[in-house]
Amino acid sequence: MTLNELQQQGAMATETLEKLSQVEARKCYQCGKCSAGCPVAEYMDIMPRQVMRLVQLGLTDEALKSKAIWLCATCDTCSTRCPRNVDIAHEMETLRILAKRKGIVGEKDIDKFHNVFLDMVKKFGRVYEVGLIVGRNVTTGKLFRDVNYGLPYLSKRKVHLLPEKVKAKDEINRIFAKAEEYALKELKEAENK
Amino acid sequence: MKKVGVFVCHCGSNIAHSVDCAKVAETLKDFPNVAFSTDYKYMCSEPGQELIKKAIKEQGLDRVVVCSCSPRMHENTFRNCVAQAGLNPYMFEMANIREQCSWVHPDDMEKATEKAIDLAKMAVSKVCYDEPLEKSYSPVTKRALVVGGGIAGIQTAIDIANNGFVVDIVERTPSIGGKMSQIDKTFPTLDCSACILTPKMVEASSHPNINLITFAEVEKVEGYVGNFDVTIRKKARSVDMSKCTGCGTCWSKCPTKVPSEFELGMSMRKAIYTPFPQAIPNKPVIDREHCLKFTKGICGVCSKVCPAGAIDYTIEDELVTERYGAIVMATGYQLFDASVYGEYGYGRYPDVISGLQFERLINASGPTMGHLLRPSDGKEPKNVVFIKCVGSRDENKGKEYCSRTCCMYTAKQATLVRDKIKDSKVYVFYMDVRTPGKGYEEFYNRTTEKYEANYIRGRVSKITQEGDKLLVHGEDTLLGRPVKVEADMVVLATAMVSNPDAAHLAQLVGFSYDKDGFYTESHPKLAPVETHTAGVFLAGACQGPKDIPDTVAQAGAAAVKVTALLSKDKLETEPSVSVVDQKNCAGCGHCVNICPYRAISLETIQERVNGKTIERKVAHVNSSLCRGCGACTVTCRSSSISLKHFTNKQILAEVDALCLQ
Repeated sequence: MTLNELQQQGAMATETLEKLSQVEARKCYQCGKCSAGCPVAEYMDIMPRQVMRLVQLGLTDEALKSKAIWLCATCDTCSTRCPRNVDIAHEMETLRILAKRKGIVGEKDIDKFHNVFLDMVKKFGRVYEVGLIVGRNVTTGKLFRDVNYGLPYLSKRKVHLLPEKVKAKDEINRIFAKAEEYALKELKEAENK
Repeated sequence: MKKVGVFVCHCGSNIAHSVDCAKVAETLKDFPNVAFSTDYKYMCSEPGQELIKKAIKEQGLDRVVVCSCSPRMHENTFRNCVAQAGLNPYMFEMANIREQCSWVHPDDMEKATEKAIDLAKMAVSKVCYDEPLEKSYSPVTKRALVVGGGIAGIQTAIDIANNGFVVDIVERTPSIGGKMSQIDKTFPTLDCSACILTPKMVEASSHPNINLITFAEVEKVEGYVGNFDVTIRKKARSVDMSKCTGCGTCWSKCPTKVPSEFELGMSMRKAIYTPFPQAIPNKPVIDREHCLKFTKGICGVCSKVCPAGAIDYTIEDELVTERYGAIVMATGYQLFDASVYGEYGYGRYPDVISGLQFERLINASGPTMGHLLRPSDGKEPKNVVFIKCVGSRDENKGKEYCSRTCCMYTAKQATLVRDKIKDSKVYVFYMDVRTPGKGYEEFYNRTTEKYEANYIRGRVSKITQEGDKLLVHGEDTLLGRPVKVEADMVVLATAMVSNPDAAHLAQLVGFSYDKDGFYTESHPKLAPVETHTAGVFLAGACQGPKDIPDTVAQAGAAAVKVTALLSKDKLETEPSVSVVDQKNCAGCGHCVNICPYRAISLETIQERVNGKTIERKVAHVNSSLCRGCGACTVTCRSSSISLKHFTNKQILAEVDALCLQ
């Protein structure tokens, strides 16, 4: 397929991404400083620089399919160091949101981890580690993963067996409701326009 | 018995760190003819020079050797110093114990000191044969010649003329203006090229100190700095310039159509024509290769319609010889012939065009009145692909060098496409983006951000035709995958190359050029507008690819150098030149051929042999032209040529000093 056709195909996604993230991907001059400083780059299928390249060329669909956007830990090293002031980490995050919405998730386990993590926060107002570990292991089907860490952590009281809850549960709920409402509205707007 | 003074310099620690300077001075005391020897920390400093002057007076020295740095650095300093002490400045030699000793032997003091002593001894041996030399003087003709009437030549001429000297511009084509007159807009400001050029063209044509000699070429150059005798061939215009009013009746009636050079073959001109409407002088010439009067002896319409009776088919080429004090070469460049790349299909696919053709297509006075249209079907292109480095940075089919301007003019052209055709897409295939000028990187950033040009890093492998579309095959090396781009038009950023006759012209005028035919400056950093030939200067792209700002800057610099030269009433000439022992010379002429400055000629002398007067040819050196390189002296089979200050005797004395110990 020609580049023109690929760009045409990805035009919708590219436009949505631009509106949602407000990141000027065209500014990227492909120096690779983001990839060079990225702590997880060596585990990625394509480099953060290449994610930006796909986006600036209008091949957003392909960026959405990559594993790299899921491995990104949003540590922000790339954005902090970028000489062209491109917020790469934010672009990665936006790509994850879009990918999830489109049902293309390159790294399912990481997505599941995100879900469990947010569930915990939603339920208790903070992270409940044991719940998180169990939840992740159950949803990903890897039941005994990291299980040998469990006892030492518990015995040294690094993690607690039972969850701790925050007092202002209502406020947490309101934060979540607002955030979901706002994010959805923004997303819809970006998609519709 | 000579009385030589030896002065050994430490150059701070530059020399002293690996040469025992005191030992050098001490050792030289015992060398024949040395009357005085000492060392000092900085010989070139004020106290150092005072030390030399004092020694000359107190010790009654008649010649001096300074062991220090390269003569390039301080020969003049010390020559002036000994002259101030009353010696002839040529009774002085320098032994280079820094660049040629301490710096290259930093780790072995013993050997380095030994070598320094040898170098000093050689200099002492040579200085013993030095003879007092006097500088001579030659007059200066206060008139300059500028070869080439593009922006470089125009700017140089205006600057020289404004400094009060008369300048002639010799231009090969019928009009001044050059390549800049073909360009639409100029980066990075997007000024209209014609709007900034034509006022300069008018200024050049109306300036009282500037004479335009268009449709003319330099035929022969003789003489030397201050006095070049230049023969100029004024090609037959077939139009009497003094009668013609430039009314244009002739070319509107002329029946013969010829592809226009100015429009790069994309529209037609007549056989009697001016290259473009704003041409200066705005008076036509007859293209005798195509004019029916000259090819078939028929027609003659122009002559019949001309209200001024200016058409004259009998005019012949005219040779004029003028004397000039200085010459500025501003002969410009050509563009690389892209048809060398068969894979791009230039010349085969009508919609694959060169950058300069693009300029004409987007120019309001061009063949399409500024509407960018495809040459093949006259449709507006929606997808335009630009390919950079066509001929540049290609050792196989093109040139090794970077053409410097293509990155910027491609960025400019990409913005122009996006500006004129709103729903267009542009793709630029590049290897690197080089934007080393004021405001250039910013311009490039605007091209990619605001004008959304798709830059793809990689060289295009080939262009194929699919229906009425072109398919451009390349690799996006940043993604590491092949890409195909569908294009309605492809623009090739062709390299700037030297004129096909650049080398010929350089030989004619007598200066050097490089492997690519660009003219060689005297020093890449410190003498960028001078050539190795005194009185010949460079401006613009004939010296190497450059853009308009750089060209104008260089033109100004060349003008200043010319003005400085012409301001002098007489020129000093170096006395270390070659002389011929005519008694001994057999007149073989080898030296004539080897001399890079054409300073040697054969002259006929009369001699009395056995009571009869005979005539024979011998070599003669024009001391104003001779630069003292010594090439002739080593060529001469009978050792009849000798270079003053570097005589055979002196060279042998140096060798003896080194070997006979």
